[in-house]
Amino acid sequence: MFPTPIAKKSRGYQRTYQAVLPFALILWLLPLIAVAMFSIKPAADFANGNYWGWPSSFEGFTNYGKVFLESNMPRYLLNSMFITIPTVLGAVALSSMAGFALGIYKFKGNLFIFFMFIAGNFVPFQILMVPVRDLTINMGMYDSIQGLVLFHIAFQTGFCTLFMRNFIRALPFPLIEAARVEGVAEWRIFFYVVLPLMKPALAALAVLIFTFIWNDYFWAVVLTQGPSAQPVTAGITEFNSQFRAAYHLMSAGSIVAALPPVAMFFLMQKHFIAGLTLGAVK
Amino acid sequence: MSSVTPTSRSWYKRNEIALTPWLFLLPAMLFFAVYVIIPIGQSFWISFHQWDGLGEKTYLGTANYERLLGIGDQNIDRKFETSFWNNLKWLALYLLAVPAGLFIALFLNQTVRGIRLYKSLFFFPFVISQVVVGLVFSWFYLPREGLLNAILGVFGAGPVNILGDPTLATYGIIAAGLWPQTAYCMILYLTGLNAVDPEQVEAARLDGAKGYKMLWYIILPQLKPATFIAFVVTIIGALRSFDLISVMTNGGPFGSTRVLSFYMFEESLSEFGFRMGYGSAIAVVLFFIMLGFIGYFLYAMWRDEKGAR
Repeated sequence: MFPTPIAKKSRGYQRTYQAVLPFALILWLLPLIAVAMFSIKPAADFANGNYWGWPSSFEGFTNYGKVFLESNMPRYLLNSMFITIPTVLGAVALSSMAGFALGIYKFKGNLFIFFMFIAGNFVPFQILMVPVRDLTINMGMYDSIQGLVLFHIAFQTGFCTLFMRNFIRALPFPLIEAARVEGVAEWRIFFYVVLPLMKPALAALAVLIFTFIWNDYFWAVVLTQGPSAQPVTAGITEFNSQFRAAYHLMSAGSIVAALPPVAMFFLMQKHFIAGLTLGAVK
Repeated sequence: MSSVTPTSRSWYKRNEIALTPWLFLLPAMLFFAVYVIIPIGQSFWISFHQWDGLGEKTYLGTANYERLLGIGDQNIDRKFETSFWNNLKWLALYLLAVPAGLFIALFLNQTVRGIRLYKSLFFFPFVISQVVVGLVFSWFYLPREGLLNAILGVFGAGPVNILGDPTLATYGIIAAGLWPQTAYCMILYLTGLNAVDPEQVEAARLDGAKGYKMLWYIILPQLKPATFIAFVVTIIGALRSFDLISVMTNGGPFGSTRVLSFYMFEESLSEFGFRMGYGSAIAVVLFFIMLGFIGYFLYAMWRDEKGAR
């Protein structure tokens, strides 16, 4: 193990390490702690210039209550859900099929198609922006949840296929050969042999895509406007102009907007990290 | 009927292994072609036109590019120039996330009580959306209410208005971007460190290697896959920077924080009429910059693919 395990060092060294650890963490998360602090302060503290002192009263419930009851925030959160969940399902479904095709079969153009997916995934969004916006308008889906979902599914398929194909490739191939010898149809091999083995990859991708899509801002701004379809990342700008300079409410709003992926991460940490490393670092 | 079914079935059966992959690929390829591959070509096409997004396109030839790059008797587009240099700043400074991530990973790669929680909390910033990171940092930088100036005040340093100062604003935004990106690199290295071969480390230790020598000659070579991915995601992230700029300064002050991705968006959906042709030309330039990196990544992956066979 590197660096040398702390247990092998002197006691003084161990003590120092354990003292530095929480301190480093607080320093690292300082901007976030500041916002959390803001979000439970009463408005009066800001008027009095008490920005960084102890809150004069705990107003967490009032502030967060206002976010949920007096703004479009619930609507935006709901939109985000309706955008994120179908995208996750769609992208994972398409890419597990494509990954199966690219990972199991040898055919001409296999590697080319695979690299197409990878390359497309790295492309700057801006080169897609004008045509995709135009296409969405022509399909009558501008400013709609479906319009965003369709694009997200398509774009995320690139990354997901990369991940799935590499995962499937690492599966033991004799399993598939055995099934073929038994005369199992190819599509059945996918559903009954490969898919059950893909559970960890499916979980990893699902959490990862959930976070990516929830946090998307660019496409939300390009393809939607207004509270009827906008997700929370775009909606928060409108929220902030509603509560201009009311830092306690704006802070509470951003914390609410950031929370779902955070919760997802803490619930499914192991899968999340497996996904992030693209399955390449084991 | 009964005589047709078996033959058609057997035709499919005979070609099953050749057909199945294409059937499985079809939906993904269709989606990807319609929304990603074809639009790239369309953007190239649009970049040779003047277009407001609604009416007819007017063909201009390479006029958009000439205006952008200042070819002929015109000056280079000043906004484009600023954006391009800012992109380079982003690229160079954003890469600091890689060594910083390695440093934190080495710091946290211990087995003490509660270390797992520490690792997840250190990773936390990456999970938060860039929009919220941008907001959090713009409040952190506020000249009067911000925590940064409160801290500087303790040391007697005067208040600085980072996002209001054209010379500092870009660096302020990059610093905000480094926060989640460092967390990402950290997690890549933590997983990489987990896989480092303990026997090699012990053997090197017996040979008297330690500290930096150990890190450089024994550990880093084993972390190569992690380093590669860290570089890929950081470079792509740097060139994609949009959310933070849009949220924190909206390109200002005086356009000093624009980057190509932001300038393209601004031109295409400009409030003074959509200039989608000119915007597409900017996008094409950005695409070619990115293509250099993408080409290299693909080459590296292709090499690994060949090696694996």
